[in-house]
Amino acid sequence: MKIRLKEIAHGRSGDKGDAANIGIIAYDDKGFEVLKKYLTTEKVKKHFEGICFGEVERYELPNLRALNFLLHNTLGGGGTVSLKHDAQGKTLAAALLRMELEV
Amino acid sequence: MKEKIRIASGQGFWGDLIDAPYQQVTKGGIDYLVMDYLAEVTMSILQKQKNKNPKLGYAKDIPELMKRILPICKEKGIKVITNGGGVNPIACAEAVIDVAKSLGINQLKVAVVLGDDIKDRIDEIISSGCELNNMDTHDSIKNIKDKILSANVYFGAVPIVEGLKAGADIVITGRTTDTGLTLAPMIYEFGWDVKNYDLMSAGTIAGHILECGAQSSGGNFLGDWESIPDMAEVGFPIAEAFPNGEFIITKHNGTGGRVSYETVAEQLLYEIGNPKEYITPDCVADFTSIKLEDLGNDRVRVFNISGEQATKFYKVSCSYASGYSSSATLTYSWPQALTKAKSADAILRKRLQNLNLKFEEIRTEFVGYNSCHGPLSVKLDEDNINEIMLRVAVRSDDYYSVERFGKEIAPLILTGPPSVTGFAGGRPKPSDVVAYWPALMPKNLVEPKIKIVEI
Repeated sequence: MKIRLKEIAHGRSGDKGDAANIGIIAYDDKGFEVLKKYLTTEKVKKHFEGICFGEVERYELPNLRALNFLLHNTLGGGGTVSLKHDAQGKTLAAALLRMELEV
Repeated sequence: MKEKIRIASGQGFWGDLIDAPYQQVTKGGIDYLVMDYLAEVTMSILQKQKNKNPKLGYAKDIPELMKRILPICKEKGIKVITNGGGVNPIACAEAVIDVAKSLGINQLKVAVVLGDDIKDRIDEIISSGCELNNMDTHDSIKNIKDKILSANVYFGAVPIVEGLKAGADIVITGRTTDTGLTLAPMIYEFGWDVKNYDLMSAGTIAGHILECGAQSSGGNFLGDWESIPDMAEVGFPIAEAFPNGEFIITKHNGTGGRVSYETVAEQLLYEIGNPKEYITPDCVADFTSIKLEDLGNDRVRVFNISGEQATKFYKVSCSYASGYSSSATLTYSWPQALTKAKSADAILRKRLQNLNLKFEEIRTEFVGYNSCHGPLSVKLDEDNINEIMLRVAVRSDDYYSVERFGKEIAPLILTGPPSVTGFAGGRPKPSDVVAYWPALMPKNLVEPKIKIVEI
């Protein structure tokens, strides 16, 4: 079965230097199980091909039913140097919610 | 000791809703108003202002705001804590005192936190053995030392606590962590031991929830955003804090927005790295310990927080000049809006090349198509696109190249693809690019100081 991440989770993204942080929060425990199992570092790295040019780090926050991703080398040099329209990665959480997972 | 204090967030950044602090002090009871004004870019802007005029270099909104809220804060006993002192907190405090005098207030004590500005101490710090290398890239600071515009240490809550102990009605700081503004009144009011790292972490996490203003009370909420009521009159968040480290995030009755499990959770995840190691000068907070309970009626209980001892280092942030940039936009309409915008971009790039201009980067984005999600954007059917905004940005160490780029945009209207508009406001001018240099410095190399300014 295919599900779109947007159906089971919400989140928020921002900048940490040239890295973007994306926090993804499941709406319920079942959703968090899906996130934990299927939303891997590799999947996120592949999803952001052409946007993220560095390493992807993944952290679990089971207390908030959430995952936090750090996408290095993603913001075109960081907040003030970047020429990107979205220099602070504000729309990248939404970009991740586009992802379809085969579960 | 008080059994409970209410700490209200008044600003999430310099440029946030101007009326928010006024709403916070008038629409219900609070004990403290905390306001974060400093983003990294702000420090270099303020330093430039101070270079031109030694009386400037702080958030100029503060004296204006004080005209409105100072009489109310005096009457209700609300204390104000802000980092809007920027690179000149003394001048900010003096401006506030002037406002108080003009309002006929005859007693006001402002504590100023000093010592964070290390711009004139860089050589001394390096010669004492702290290399101030870039903590991300490990590059040597020698590469940028001559181009440094500002250099500040991030202080935590402790200097603010000293100001409150001195009897201050208002505490104005330079570079202080956003979280320290909220933690400080808890330490002061509840007599917390600053070596109790669970309590330091609780106050720090309360600060993290408040530091971006309405981002925890319904703003920029990616969940069910359409259901958030009355965002036009959004209530900024308030932390109702208790001596045991628990707190409740809420907002004033009758305001718009929403405080819920989801809105608070989103803010908790904002701009964090490793959630087990949220490092501040006060503690290392563990975000995986946080428990949230939605109590309904815009009240969320936050509890169970733990953390570890702070590190031996302060974070230093230097800003330095790094060339120039400029960006320009033009809007193309149906038919073939995207094709026209792409064609205009190709023409522009050819002309820039023919002129032998030097750029480190030229970036093209098509607003309405791919400027947010890049390659993830769904391909568009040309016939169904109403309009596309072409956005081109350049960066270079060469001022002339960036300036000349700005002169090549308007000509595209008469010398490029048709049905184009949206060029107003003249040629885009080069902006100074300010880059950041994060570093670490042993805490014993700098001592925060308190100065009292009063009437």
